[in-house]
Amino acid sequence: MGNKQTIFTDEQLDAYQDCTFFTRKEILRLHSRYHELAPHLVPMDYTNEPDCKLPLALIVDMPELKENPFRNRIVESFSEDGMGNLSFNEFVDMFSVLSEMAPRELKAIYAFKIYDYNVDNYLCKEDLEKTLNKLTKEELTPEEVELVCEKAIEEADLDGDNKLSYTDFENMISRAPDFLSTFHIRI
Amino acid sequence: LQQSGLFGPNVPQKEDSEYGQQGSPADENVVHDSFSQLIAEQSQNEGLSDAIELQHLQGNPDDKGRDNVAYLSPSENRDRWSSATLKILSSMPSRTIGRSRGAIISQYYNRTTELRRRTQKRASIKDFSRSARPSIRGYGVEVDTTDSAEKKQERLVKNLQDLSAVDRMRMLKEMPLNLSEKKDLRRLTLEMTKRTRSSSNLPCCSYLKFQIILALRHSWYSCLSFLHSLQLWQMPLKRVSGRFGSGVLSYFLFLKTLLFFNVFLFLVLGSFLVFPQAVYLPELPESRTPFTGLELLTGGGYFSNTLLYYGYYSNHTLPNCPKNNSTRPECDSRSLSYNMPLAYFFTIGLSFFITCIILVYSMSKSFGQSFRIDKSNGMLAMKVFCSWDFKVIKRSSVKLLSENICTQLKELLGDTHHRLVSNTILDKLIKLLIHGLSWTLCLGATAGCVAGIYCFSDYMHKKVRLSGDPGLLKEASLLALPVLVSFINLMLPILFQLTAWMEKYNSPSLRTFVSLSRNLILKVSVLGVLCFHWLKRVAGSANDDKTFKCWESFVGQDLYRFLVIDFIFSLLDTLFGELLWRLFSDKVLKRNRRPGFDIAKNVLDLIYGQTLAWYRPCCLGLLFTPLLPAVQILKLLLLFYIKMSSVMMNCQAPSRPYRVSQMTTIFITLLCFPSFLGSSVCVTYTMWRLPSSGSCDPFRGNKTMIQAGKQRIAELVDENRSLSFLADAHTYLVENPLFLFVGAAIFLWIVIYFQSQVVDGQRKIIALLQEQIENEGEDKKFLITRLQSVHERKRTPARNLPSQVSLWIAERRAC
Repeated sequence: MGNKQTIFTDEQLDAYQDCTFFTRKEILRLHSRYHELAPHLVPMDYTNEPDCKLPLALIVDMPELKENPFRNRIVESFSEDGMGNLSFNEFVDMFSVLSEMAPRELKAIYAFKIYDYNVDNYLCKEDLEKTLNKLTKEELTPEEVELVCEKAIEEADLDGDNKLSYTDFENMISRAPDFLSTFHIRI
Repeated sequence: LQQSGLFGPNVPQKEDSEYGQQGSPADENVVHDSFSQLIAEQSQNEGLSDAIELQHLQGNPDDKGRDNVAYLSPSENRDRWSSATLKILSSMPSRTIGRSRGAIISQYYNRTTELRRRTQKRASIKDFSRSARPSIRGYGVEVDTTDSAEKKQERLVKNLQDLSAVDRMRMLKEMPLNLSEKKDLRRLTLEMTKRTRSSSNLPCCSYLKFQIILALRHSWYSCLSFLHSLQLWQMPLKRVSGRFGSGVLSYFLFLKTLLFFNVFLFLVLGSFLVFPQAVYLPELPESRTPFTGLELLTGGGYFSNTLLYYGYYSNHTLPNCPKNNSTRPECDSRSLSYNMPLAYFFTIGLSFFITCIILVYSMSKSFGQSFRIDKSNGMLAMKVFCSWDFKVIKRSSVKLLSENICTQLKELLGDTHHRLVSNTILDKLIKLLIHGLSWTLCLGATAGCVAGIYCFSDYMHKKVRLSGDPGLLKEASLLALPVLVSFINLMLPILFQLTAWMEKYNSPSLRTFVSLSRNLILKVSVLGVLCFHWLKRVAGSANDDKTFKCWESFVGQDLYRFLVIDFIFSLLDTLFGELLWRLFSDKVLKRNRRPGFDIAKNVLDLIYGQTLAWYRPCCLGLLFTPLLPAVQILKLLLLFYIKMSSVMMNCQAPSRPYRVSQMTTIFITLLCFPSFLGSSVCVTYTMWRLPSSGSCDPFRGNKTMIQAGKQRIAELVDENRSLSFLADAHTYLVENPLFLFVGAAIFLWIVIYFQSQVVDGQRKIIALLQEQIENEGEDKKFLITRLQSVHERKRTPARNLPSQVSLWIAERRAC
């Protein structure tokens, strides 16, 4: 329906619509945003699925992510190579998970990945400390940071290994009804 | 009998799920086998790093110092775990959720199986696999089985294909996989679907049905796409959320929801009531008063004989053709007849019913989401991980948010300290006294204002009856009551805020609740006294006075006036209140901080306005002014832009935490419950008891509205004998309002009970799952120590295996 666009085939748009939480119009809009980031790198014609990745520095410059303290981690968790280079598929994936309609579980999985700085599948004390420092922009004293981390782990750790595994994290998230509305970026 | 004995990957694989519970040396193999399976699989899927590491260590049993001992935590009773152990641990199933592709695919395979079972038939307990501990059957840990990745994917695709299209899409969207992998899965599923479809020879009608379903689905997508593309106010909402966060955004979202409600009402009423009447315009009875500008405010004068009011609508079947000479072109026998009074009755009832259902549904849904199941500890961890609002974009707001979170964390840390500070009896008494004083002040002020409204409305009513013909001055004086009411609505909340300043509360949420309840009491009592004024006084005096001959139109006009004046006052409040306060605090107080946007107060104002237009005089509003939703739509549109610009210019991000989902639930509940209950009372009172005035409504000529319906149904039954049950049903159900009330109350109670049961059940499951997690933790500790001890033993020279075995047996016997 509507104007003929030549960026994607109809089948591609259907696939995007089925696998993400976006509609066709939104996918096209996302493509134009992706293209804006690097007009000379990103082709306008995606019918052949070109292999084009944008580096971390460009993505993190978007107004939606620029002031976010976790911007680097967000982009890294969605990139295949772990270095933050996003192809268009990963770009769409990122905003789809962060959109309004993504369910709680999906968001929890990616939130866990984002807060896991050393990528060891656990939220250990160092991860928490880094998170806290980014959150408060280093306004807390080191003793307070230490205290907060210890107490947080104590509260949320259920299987007693002194760090938070995904199950602990998910359990804690399920008790926070505001998680769905705060873990949301509008694009 | 060298290394290949115990750790080699070519050891015959044994079927086992119980880990080392029997303690004989033969079972040592079993333990190692399952781990070696894991290692083997990991090396197939993810690379050889784990296996290589282990084989290295196997290869040099003399090498003692090669272990990289890693400290897991500073506590003393932790063992030193070798890096090999750590590698194995990190590839255990529960650790790989969300990480390894194989685990995700297995997990979703299980889920799709469950979904299929659920949709096809109820699964019996015996279908689920046995589990070693008393867990919820079928809810066990998703085990990464030993199949290859391709086989797992194949099974998942097969399962996906068997699901319905909607379920399939939902599963695809929820999978935490890469988008390209999801697209691959989808492609495979579609291919498989095509294959099975073409291979089974479908009869032609099924094929046709299939094509129809595809076409419908495609059109549904385009419809959804269109609706999404409307994206009303997407950019302004993004700007507001970028600057102020989710709290203030929830106010504007609430406004948008109300707008959609009104649009829906307008469409329903418009198509069934306004449109037919507009097409077949009745002849104008008397000379109409000319249009002056004051009508926009008072709603009287020129507007009284237009589509705006109830009195204008015809009481006959349209087209209204007199029996004798008919010069009107519509009046041939072949034109469609449209029974106006019946249409009026049923349309109002239908829209009322539908909005009621929508409200109850959205209320229970938001209840389910915001319900905090476990209110105990966990606050600190939650604050660390869930409090950052990702929507905030502007730099200064981000800074404010950080400060906010910092303060909250400090408060939480110091919370224990505060509680230790003892409150003396005197302190408590003084606190109680202050609270009591402020409550008496607020309630007293409310009561005083309500009494004032009562007396003033009485006075105005008498004045209107006594004075002569309607003139411009008289019309203007009718505005006095709305102005007074709006003024009270403006001033009293300021008083409440002042009293709240002098009180001290333990928690910010308590403060919000108290302020909310005070405002609510004020609004409810004001609406109550207005209702009384309209329903008792104005309607009651219908017979005495020719001004109130058409009391329904008069009440409609009054409502219109209230709506307009309320809007003007909120405009003035926004423009002058917030602007002046900002200038004042900038120039005079020289503070850098701007006033915060008071979300609760503004939302309550919205609800109040909506109630005026919609509920409380509720369907009174609808009943008497079918175009009132249109007026409300205009008002909401204007309000949106005005509030948006005011917030942008004058306010700053909130400095206190705001629990979005909880507050949204409360607002929807407020919209539903006091309004809904009050509205049903009013509507039934109006329809059942009040005599309709003789001259000017679709039900004229009958004593009450309900009798008109009865008459119509009697006519229908006369024409068609088989509809006699309708008359009986009507007599029993509709005529007896008590029955209706009781029925509705029971229905509502059932719905609420059901939801609370669901929540209870979930609570129990959570407790069980927590226990299960703790048990798993214990298991793992056991495994780790066992593995570690075995590995240690491997490091010592293993030349003499038989002596090793006998040593082992001796140890076991000793235990």
